[in-house]
Amino acid sequence: MLELGPIFRALLRNKVGALLIAVQIAFTMAIIVNSVFIIYERSQETKRPSGLDEANSFFISSSGFGENFGAKATIEKDLTDIRAISGVVSAIQINAIPVSGGGWSMSLQTEPGAEHDGVGTAVYMVNENGLDALGLELLAGENFVASDIRWRQNSESTWPDKVIVTKAMAERLFPDIDYGQSVGKTVYINDNEPMIIVGIIDKLQAPWVGWNNVENSMLSPEHQETDSVRYFIRTAPGQRDSTMKQVEELLAKNKERVVDGMRSIEYVRERSYRGHTAMIKILTTVIITLTIVTSLGIVGLASFSVNRRKKQIGIRRALGARKIDVIKYFMLENLMISGVGVLLGAGLTIALNMLLVKALSITPMDWFYIPIGMIVLCLIGQLAVYGPAKKATGIAPAIATRTV
Amino acid sequence: MFGYYVKLAFKSIKKNPLLSSLMVFAIALGIGASMTTITVNYLMSANPIPEKSEQLFYVQVDSWDPHNAFNDETGAPPNQLTWTDASNLFNAQKATKQVVMAKSGGIVVPDNQDVNPFETQIRLTTGEFFNMFNTPFLYGAGWDLSVDQNNEQVVVLTRTLNEKVFGGENSVGRNILIAGQHFQVVGVLDTWQPVPKFYDVNNGAFDEVEDVFMPFFLKESFELPSWGNTNCWKSPEGEGFKAFLQSECINYQMWVQLNNPIEKADYFSFLNNYVADQKAFGRFPRPMNNQLSDVMEWMEREEVVEDDAKMMMWMSFMFLMVCLLNTIGLLLAKFIGKSSEIGLRRAIGASKGDVFTQHIIEAACVGLLGGLVGLLLAFVGLQGIKSLYGDFVNNLIQLDFAMASLGILIALVTSILAGLYPTWRACNISPANQLKSQ
Repeated sequence: MLELGPIFRALLRNKVGALLIAVQIAFTMAIIVNSVFIIYERSQETKRPSGLDEANSFFISSSGFGENFGAKATIEKDLTDIRAISGVVSAIQINAIPVSGGGWSMSLQTEPGAEHDGVGTAVYMVNENGLDALGLELLAGENFVASDIRWRQNSESTWPDKVIVTKAMAERLFPDIDYGQSVGKTVYINDNEPMIIVGIIDKLQAPWVGWNNVENSMLSPEHQETDSVRYFIRTAPGQRDSTMKQVEELLAKNKERVVDGMRSIEYVRERSYRGHTAMIKILTTVIITLTIVTSLGIVGLASFSVNRRKKQIGIRRALGARKIDVIKYFMLENLMISGVGVLLGAGLTIALNMLLVKALSITPMDWFYIPIGMIVLCLIGQLAVYGPAKKATGIAPAIATRTV
Repeated sequence: MFGYYVKLAFKSIKKNPLLSSLMVFAIALGIGASMTTITVNYLMSANPIPEKSEQLFYVQVDSWDPHNAFNDETGAPPNQLTWTDASNLFNAQKATKQVVMAKSGGIVVPDNQDVNPFETQIRLTTGEFFNMFNTPFLYGAGWDLSVDQNNEQVVVLTRTLNEKVFGGENSVGRNILIAGQHFQVVGVLDTWQPVPKFYDVNNGAFDEVEDVFMPFFLKESFELPSWGNTNCWKSPEGEGFKAFLQSECINYQMWVQLNNPIEKADYFSFLNNYVADQKAFGRFPRPMNNQLSDVMEWMEREEVVEDDAKMMMWMSFMFLMVCLLNTIGLLLAKFIGKSSEIGLRRAIGASKGDVFTQHIIEAACVGLLGGLVGLLLAFVGLQGIKSLYGDFVNNLIQLDFAMASLGILIALVTSILAGLYPTWRACNISPANQLKSQ
């Protein structure tokens, strides 16, 4: 450790070069650490389960336009026909698709009256097969029965008197009791209209993945009597793709409608999180290129400094320094520069994070990212400098004798 | 002399291919990353209608819930109008020009049996839309006020839809079946895609323009569906489509053209009077909070530029910073490595100024090369953005001449800045010291 003093004093003679590397390391650290943090946050978000049997589900839309297009009869026939296809586990009509980005929201409250605040929730209109088709687990209470299901007309403004909510929704509505005990309680929709909670389901996400209340969903027992409908179909494992084709052909037989928008839930999830996935890929590319640029910069400057000090190294070797001592010299020098760099970097990282938090409402970073980032950046520096340092050991001691 | 220095610069760049390409590569990466993100941000925040963006105003009135503001954070009034207000304000005809609109959709059944029926997006709007927003016409024209007042069944189609249904021929005067009703085509638009799609940013500010333009008030007669965002703070009173239209649900947008501040002030006081009158009917329970925003103010309020795009732009500037620091270091190494050559030049008569010019030119050449490669990288980067984000960004990844020039300019300026310190060091090399060791 005795070398530290001389190395440091030698560094001071080339302050600018050293400082350039240190600042570069600082900026690199700020970008990399913030990127890693954002990547982690985003990938956690994309992994949240929707509650659906995603791998085996899809949906399809149909819009009737003929003069004699009977909505109710068509829906009933369609559902019977679809369910008859082998490989179909269950099929329902639904107003919105979870995680898809488009849907219907309402607000539920525990006291009637416009003056009380409500809890926002996504609304899914399903029949008694809803739980089966969506692949939901009933935690408490019971499912709808066939007699609960009504036909909702266009522009209907009232609501059925039963509702099933997610566990998260129940806990938001009744924070003081166990979610199971909220079965049988009355909640109010549209300020004043009562609905009784008959069942609690484990998990079902809202259509909007960026929504704060994405876990809040309710099921309302109704079909919609409209010409434009959406069917949600769940198949036996592995049979989704073959079933999709059959369902599309089946519905297309009726020439008084347009069959459109058949998508698997996996596709919908991919599309809804595309922004996140893209961000993750872009930031990963940034991290990799930035690491390469910075390391190459260190390699370049270290090689240059080795070249300049050829004579000095030769003299040291002639005076008895071993190869390992030469390597150690450059490694230690780099460690000092990196040390200053990561200290600056810690400050910059926090500053960038604060800026992002303030301007773009990102969550603040956990503290441990900083020390880990500091260590990693120092390691990158050490790795980058190893090559040039190794090369320096090839300088023969005899060089010391050549010029004076 | 300039030509000679450029020649020297390229000679020096070639002499040290590894170090030089490292510098060019670093600048290129920084420029590539910055240009990619700047382009996306530039297009997101572009002025979609620069010739009259200051005369067009988006109309907002606060018809919202007495207990809760429409936007808790900003206290801004609702971002759309109710049917009642859209109709009243339009019928008043108090602005120089005004347009009310909404998004809808329906099935098109072409006469041509070879084309299958398909679903399309409809922009319900009033006649002055085309004139106010300077839409280009391929055939025919828009419609006038009497069409809106008499609920005539006419439509304007986009070029794309005209090609699909009528094979691209002049379809003015022809019939088309949309949403179960017969319409007469009065006009066909030429290609038109404002970026952002400023007239309605509710369902994606960079979405495609709707394919059919239809008179607004037909919504009531034909009970056309609401495809845009619908927001209600209280349920419709009563059943049926009429009740929904008369409810406090917002789904409609209004733009007015006001040519000068006097007209704007007049219109604003008209709005205030209107709201005051409505209060007498028991509507508008909130405090008076009306707003007129011109195009760019409205884009700002609706936060059309995505946060992710802003974040990436800041990050890419820091990235460029790292690349430049890298270049400074490498240039320094390089110029000091050339000490003996510089010493010789100085000894045989080159002044400090000559050495300075020579090396600044060398730095600029490196920058220029980096900028050119950087533009290529930006092009690749934008393709990458397209493949990552899909169709949504189609209108946001055009690298135009202005952007390309900006890229080269940034590369030149930053590399010259980066070259300043190394060049200054090079100038101060004393000739005597260097010659001694030769």
